Amino acid sequence: MTLTLDSAAPAASTPAKLATVDCDLHPTPRSPNDLLPFLSQRWQSHLRDYGSHIRQGISGQEIHPRMDGRGMRLDAFPETGPAGSDLGLMQRQHLDANDIGAGTLIALGTSVSDERNLDYGAALARAVNQWQLAAWVEPDPRLHAGIIVTQEDPAAAVAEIDYWAADPRFSHIMLSPKPIEPLGRRRYWPIYEAACRAGLPVVFHPVIPGGGHPSSGIGWPTFYIQDHYTSGPLYQNIAMSMVFEGVFEKFPELKVVFVEGGFTWVPHMTWRFDRQWERMRSEVPHVKKKPSEYLRQNTWFTTQPMEECRTPGQLREIIEWIGFDRVLYSSDYPHWDYDDPKYAFKLRLSDEERQMIFSGNARRAYRL
Amino acid sequence: MTASQVISHIDDFPPNTRKVVEVNGRSVVVFRVEDEFYALLNRCPHEGAELCKGRLGGLVVSSEPGEYDMTQENQFLRCPWHGWEFDIKTGQSYCDPRKTRTPRYDVAVKSGGALQEGPYKAEPIKVSLDDLYVVVHC
Repeated sequence: MTLTLDSAAPAASTPAKLATVDCDLHPTPRSPNDLLPFLSQRWQSHLRDYGSHIRQGISGQEIHPRMDGRGMRLDAFPETGPAGSDLGLMQRQHLDANDIGAGTLIALGTSVSDERNLDYGAALARAVNQWQLAAWVEPDPRLHAGIIVTQEDPAAAVAEIDYWAADPRFSHIMLSPKPIEPLGRRRYWPIYEAACRAGLPVVFHPVIPGGGHPSSGIGWPTFYIQDHYTSGPLYQNIAMSMVFEGVFEKFPELKVVFVEGGFTWVPHMTWRFDRQWERMRSEVPHVKKKPSEYLRQNTWFTTQPMEECRTPGQLREIIEWIGFDRVLYSSDYPHWDYDDPKYAFKLRLSDEERQMIFSGNARRAYRL
Repeated sequence: MTASQVISHIDDFPPNTRKVVEVNGRSVVVFRVEDEFYALLNRCPHEGAELCKGRLGGLVVSSEPGEYDMTQENQFLRCPWHGWEFDIKTGQSYCDPRKTRTPRYDVAVKSGGALQEGPYKAEPIKVSLDDLYVVVHC
């Protein structure tokens, strides 16, 4: 029997669809001046004379100590400028080297969610969104921007989402995981409504400032080793708030991605939620389905920093509990705890499982 | 099959520097700490980062909270990504010494005269009889 390459075969006709999707890439401005061309004279002079409210972020001073001082891969610094500010280096070290077919951008240092001056915040959000397109997406169409919004001013956030909703260069909406109120509260519902209207997922990432809340529920940790753990508990609180406030009942189409918080805790959380719901659902009659059903329908979890269970079998069992369709590969380039797609998964995956985690799931969760 | 390769004239390898060399098809990072030489495979066994980009330092040990001592200065190489620490003498991981190590190689300083006798690969370094050279066995 002779095998010939058939041009209609899926592998040959859609190679781009099979290439890896990376759900956590961090672009950084070389300097805050990179944003100036996208700000009006009015806000340029505000920035010059008064400065931004935010005094932290990946491109500046950190709110908490980080590994290697800045939380960056030591080999990811370009000759000038901060890590993550050089597209060419990102391409050489990661996008090209690992055959990344699509990557979703998370512009951390430019988060505007905590900006107290709401009008400046709205102008800055627009500027960051335009900068992502000009500096990253236009030069490398594999990259997809995330809409930055002024979360504490939902009307302005909705206006920003609506402005970009039809633009295919944006694949998702970025939200702070620690805004002033828990994320299930109704003040944020207009943002979820706009996300559903646009067909875009809302994406949470740790570090994005907001609300002034400490990273741990009992106060600020002392050491980075503690702070680095706090993303998982943070996401449990978000999931709890969104499920029991009825967000997923109100917005059944809403897609939520939890980036960089791990996923091995998800089974524990959903078992507890379900048990509580079975016993105390009369308190929350608006939550009509089992919490696990909403989570299985509406939420996804990214892999980095990869859970390293004691054995590959343990990891497989946990992912089976969550669902192989809920897990998305992410690298976190250029941060110190970057995961290389070739080596991060210490688990033998079937072709189908690999396709789901490294490509297919993300293509359903995001607009890619 | 091991190979012995002359990687540098000793004067071209100053104290407290490192070099990345290709020996026997492998990328090897060679450290000079004062007058001692060490060589490791230039690849972290965890996720493959280039170890040559890592920082060389010591271990901070503590007998109790609030008490800290810096020990074994310049003996531990920290991976530039996840911070795994390797003893540059043995290649052994500090976090997981039982299961994780990165291959180490012998490094020697030899006179040009001694190099004439053995099967050494010196290209493209020109070896003269009286000088000292750094040799990696890999």
